[in-house]
Amino acid sequence: MTEITLGKALNAGLRKAMSDDEKVVLMGEDIGKLGGVFRITDGLLGEFGAARVIDTPLAESGIVGTAVGLAYRGYRPVVEIQFDGFVYPAFDQIVSQVAKLHFRTQGRVKMPITIRIPWAGGIGAAEHHSESPEAYFVHTAGLRVITVSNPQDAYRCLQQAIASDDPVIFFEPKRLYHHKGEVDLSASLADAPPMGVARVLREGSDATIITYGAMVSTALDAASAAEDDGLSLEVIDLRSISPVDYDTVAASVRRTGRVVVAHEASREAGVAAEVIASITERCFEYLESPPLRVTGHDIPYPPAKLEKFHLPDLDRILDAVDRVLDRPNSLTGAES
Amino acid sequence: MSPQTTPIADSTQDLELSERILAPDGTRQKNPDLDPFVADVDAEQLRALLRDMIILRRIDAEGVALQRQGQLGLWAPCQGQEAAQIGTARALDPIDFVFPSYRETGVIYARGAQPGDFVRVWRGEEGAPFDPAEMRVAPLQIIIGAQTLHAVGYAMGIKHEKAPEVAVTYFGDGATSQGDVNEAMVFAASYQAPVVFVCQNNHWAISEPVAVQSQYPIAGRAPGFGIPSLRVDGNDVLACMAAMRWALAHARAGKGPAFIEAVTYRMGPHTTSDDPTRYRDPAELEAWRTRDPIARLEAHLRASGELSDAHVAAAQADADTMAREMRAACLGMVTRDPLAVFDNVYAEPHCGIDRQRDEYAAYVSSLEEA
Repeated sequence: MTEITLGKALNAGLRKAMSDDEKVVLMGEDIGKLGGVFRITDGLLGEFGAARVIDTPLAESGIVGTAVGLAYRGYRPVVEIQFDGFVYPAFDQIVSQVAKLHFRTQGRVKMPITIRIPWAGGIGAAEHHSESPEAYFVHTAGLRVITVSNPQDAYRCLQQAIASDDPVIFFEPKRLYHHKGEVDLSASLADAPPMGVARVLREGSDATIITYGAMVSTALDAASAAEDDGLSLEVIDLRSISPVDYDTVAASVRRTGRVVVAHEASREAGVAAEVIASITERCFEYLESPPLRVTGHDIPYPPAKLEKFHLPDLDRILDAVDRVLDRPNSLTGAES
Repeated sequence: MSPQTTPIADSTQDLELSERILAPDGTRQKNPDLDPFVADVDAEQLRALLRDMIILRRIDAEGVALQRQGQLGLWAPCQGQEAAQIGTARALDPIDFVFPSYRETGVIYARGAQPGDFVRVWRGEEGAPFDPAEMRVAPLQIIIGAQTLHAVGYAMGIKHEKAPEVAVTYFGDGATSQGDVNEAMVFAASYQAPVVFVCQNNHWAISEPVAVQSQYPIAGRAPGFGIPSLRVDGNDVLACMAAMRWALAHARAGKGPAFIEAVTYRMGPHTTSDDPTRYRDPAELEAWRTRDPIARLEAHLRASGELSDAHVAAAQADADTMAREMRAACLGMVTRDPLAVFDNVYAEPHCGIDRQRDEYAAYVSSLEEA
């Protein structure tokens, strides 16, 4: 085991995937000499050359569209979109081409493209640099959508995404790029859980908090704080938000009967809405109270000085926990 | 360049700025740039091109008829564009890979499409009509211009492997307004990818005339991206073939991308849902009728004594056979099982889609039991 940052783990995952399969090529803006604006591709140009680490023109649709052509020819392109808010110019190529070609061709054309997106807020960035567009992609059949919350998963899931014959939107929580954790760089993918499997990070009996990405650490902090208050909270990291591992989710909900789903993305028609609807369909009779969402507001991502009021924090999560447990909360007041 | 001398892209005057080998009346003209590329084309090959165009026009007419009879949901006619499609597509090598738009009936015919392949998508049976790997043609693209980027990416792969192939993409004049087509030219030029862009300027993007897309001949844009281009008379099958051979030789020689604008005309509607009488001057249509690509080659061959009535009758018989087979294939298509809609959404097992398939299978079987 080695202690490295999530960013270094992604770099190691890319290196391993490129070494294992010469059909893996990287494409993106500034990924060559600069190593990417977040340095995730650092050193790979020198190791693998400009034909496999391709610095592209500044054109997101062009990056994804040419990746489609490379996939037609049997390559496994790994595309870097520089920031979450820059993915929209490529939206047509992703949802109309990448997502649909396997289906349209009755499975004759595979699109094993991994689209890496530094994602979500909390770093005080400029406009368009802190968005959470995951629901758009979750809503699109043909795509898989993966997030990671720690260096070990980052190393493993990125390799699994690249190895998958399906296209994968791979969201990297940029707020965690510098977070360190233990990574087993020698672990075999064959022995690892598939990238679609959710993980129970902390077991508990009073309520289940379901989340993903950078919000996982906030949820864990909330669970620790709640423990001081005598509450036992279970925390689930979904890891895959399309498809969601509902077996793991439902097993937890059947035990705790109470659910809070938290994410940074805005609320309306978001991932939390989908997760709660599915929980309601599958385990309604186990629910002790209506599941609740803690999300970003339904506003454009706010200016950096105001983002802390937008992002769910420990207190907003605990308030929702109080509500699902019918404890005194922001709606009922402290006295009730 | 003064406004007076800047050609615009939609008037008859700028037609004279395109390269040709056969005049509209079939007379062979000297063209020092293009002639060497078709010096080997003899009378037999010319008759084969004529036959191709006659068959293509029949396929197109049958497609329209099948739509009118309710057998197809839609058809995108290509009448008038036979020379642009057959001339360029017959210049390709089998190893080349084509990324077409939805109107390239003649291109997929030249690549070996079977009778059912022309109608499968428009009948609503499947998303792609043929195996792309087998025909070396991508599925017909409906999103305007999206396929140009796919061709460039494919060509980047060719270049990476130092393979002798060329990627070719077809699109219309309307597509040149799309960001993707412009991005494709940037990528193609930056990486010197072996790709040929074939723009069939058929003068109309549904109801929008080409002047709405471009106030300058479309081929004139490519040099601005660093891509050499040729503007040819798209109703002259020899000029189209020569242009394509030039472009393919350029790309195969490692000199990077090339661009062809074939100046032609869509004689029919955009699709069978369109009504061009609402936006098009009938006089314009009649003017283009005098430039018919099939009549032009036929006149040339007859004038040189290389075409008999028997040749034409044989080609028309082949066209009728194709139309019959196309109709039979269309009417004989068997729609897949309802659960087939869940197939191939993903390449690997997917718990979400697997669950929906199971739920729907249970529902369907409950109907059968009832």
